[in-house]
Amino acid sequence: MDILSINIPTIQNITYIIASVLFITGIKMLGKESTAVKGNFLSALAMFIAVAITCIGIVNPLLLFSGIIIGAIVGSIIALKVKMTSIPEMVALFNGFGGLATFLIAWSEFNNNPESFFQSALVMITLAIGGITFTGSLVAYGKLSEKLKIAKTSFITKIFTTIFYIALAFLCYSIFVTPFIVQSFEFFTILIILVLLGGIGFVLPIGGGDMPVVISLLNSFSGIAAAFAGLLLFNNVLIVAGSLVGASGLILTVIMAKAMNRSIGNILFVGYASSGTSATSEEQGEINPISVSDAYLILENASSVLIVPGYGMAVAQAQHTVRELGELLEENGTEVKYGIHPVAGRMPGHMNVLLAEANVSYDVLAEPDDVNPTMDVVDVAVVIGANDVVNPSATEEPGSPIYGMPIIEVHNAKTVFVLKRSMSSGFAGVQNPLFFKSNTRMLFGDAKESISGLVSEFKD
Amino acid sequence: METYMLLGFVLILSIYLGLELISKVPSTLHTPLMSGANAISGIALVGALVLSQDGDLQTTLAFLAVVFASINVFGGYLVTNRMLKMFKKK
Repeated sequence: MDILSINIPTIQNITYIIASVLFITGIKMLGKESTAVKGNFLSALAMFIAVAITCIGIVNPLLLFSGIIIGAIVGSIIALKVKMTSIPEMVALFNGFGGLATFLIAWSEFNNNPESFFQSALVMITLAIGGITFTGSLVAYGKLSEKLKIAKTSFITKIFTTIFYIALAFLCYSIFVTPFIVQSFEFFTILIILVLLGGIGFVLPIGGGDMPVVISLLNSFSGIAAAFAGLLLFNNVLIVAGSLVGASGLILTVIMAKAMNRSIGNILFVGYASSGTSATSEEQGEINPISVSDAYLILENASSVLIVPGYGMAVAQAQHTVRELGELLEENGTEVKYGIHPVAGRMPGHMNVLLAEANVSYDVLAEPDDVNPTMDVVDVAVVIGANDVVNPSATEEPGSPIYGMPIIEVHNAKTVFVLKRSMSSGFAGVQNPLFFKSNTRMLFGDAKESISGLVSEFKD
Repeated sequence: METYMLLGFVLILSIYLGLELISKVPSTLHTPLMSGANAISGIALVGALVLSQDGDLQTTLAFLAVVFASINVFGGYLVTNRMLKMFKKK
């Protein structure tokens, strides 16, 4: 009996090492198209092994198992019922729950009266990252599902932003001061409240178009929070798995920020608002609208077509109709490609997911660097609900707020169709000279209706 | 203190390993990678399971942590799998 009780932690630790190796292999395979499904399976297997071995000798198994079952049912229902267009907000929500779990772990560890300076500091940091991830993700969820409509310049936003900075200051104070005084419950309660409100203030001022960056960053936070919880609990699998998530989130954040040609600091703390007015030059020229039937005639004669989708395609839920149009064009002998900008949509890879859902083969999905060099041989570029990612100001107007951002240079194509609801500007608040170019034709109206119109013309 | 040093070492190495492993990911996989990584962050479940349960508050905290981490784990893996199944080459 005595030997057995010593051995359980050892067996658990060895199993955690195996799980860590599986996690590492899994996330590596998740980064390649051919092995991604298997990679996800491996990481799920690692999770199962780690959780199963932890369950040996836990206190109050009945309660905790029922907790797992409740979580499993709720999580599965959400995951299986969610529409592919709602994936961004769902990822944000799950992310928030992960953050909340680490927040609760830190809270519980505080009640255990941390003994050393280090332990106390770890409790505070884990609590802060977990808490900010939780409420920040909830705000991101609200913004993405359009349930939360608070302008980023409003008074409420400013209050919460201020609270965020106060929370940071208080966090520093608590890390360096609390170890030397008696831990008071009131003090800790203030920190909890500040951190939760601060998370709201962290995400609230960030605009919808910058969401891909914020989601990746929150993703990274939830991993880092888990890694810190691992330090707190002396648990190596938590540290390894958490760090991997932290790293992958960080990489995505950097990719997204680069695709906007902005620094992460600028996205989080400045936004576009400060530079909006300078770019409203008046001599824009004339707009050339086009009807569906005329657009059809041009498309029918085109030998190569590039489709550039944006958030507008997601809003109009037009991905299936777009795929249908693509197929009809291909039957007609036209070469069809899709130009996907990394930040099109509301999360990293948003357009890829939507088009994959609509059964578009992923080898016709191209990145800006692949399509830009051959743009001048493209007969028609069809821009569906994208704006800033095709704005030529980014390459032509040094004074523009988005100057330097890598774009899909559709203005170099022979003809450009822009499907758009109205003449409003994109999230950056910058006018788009593309709409006034001589080779541009505007197809006004709901994207889905316009494309269905084209589809039925093709079928006739 | 020595344990912390050792664990800190593991932390730094793992982050570095993660950065090296994932640095070149095709944009098709951005969303699945994010959501798959999100599921992995549900590893907090392991931490939640070993929390102490002295008194009602501690038990409640542990229970809630288990529930939310489980939602993260199950939801995350299922939705990632659903998404990856959609990606195919013709």
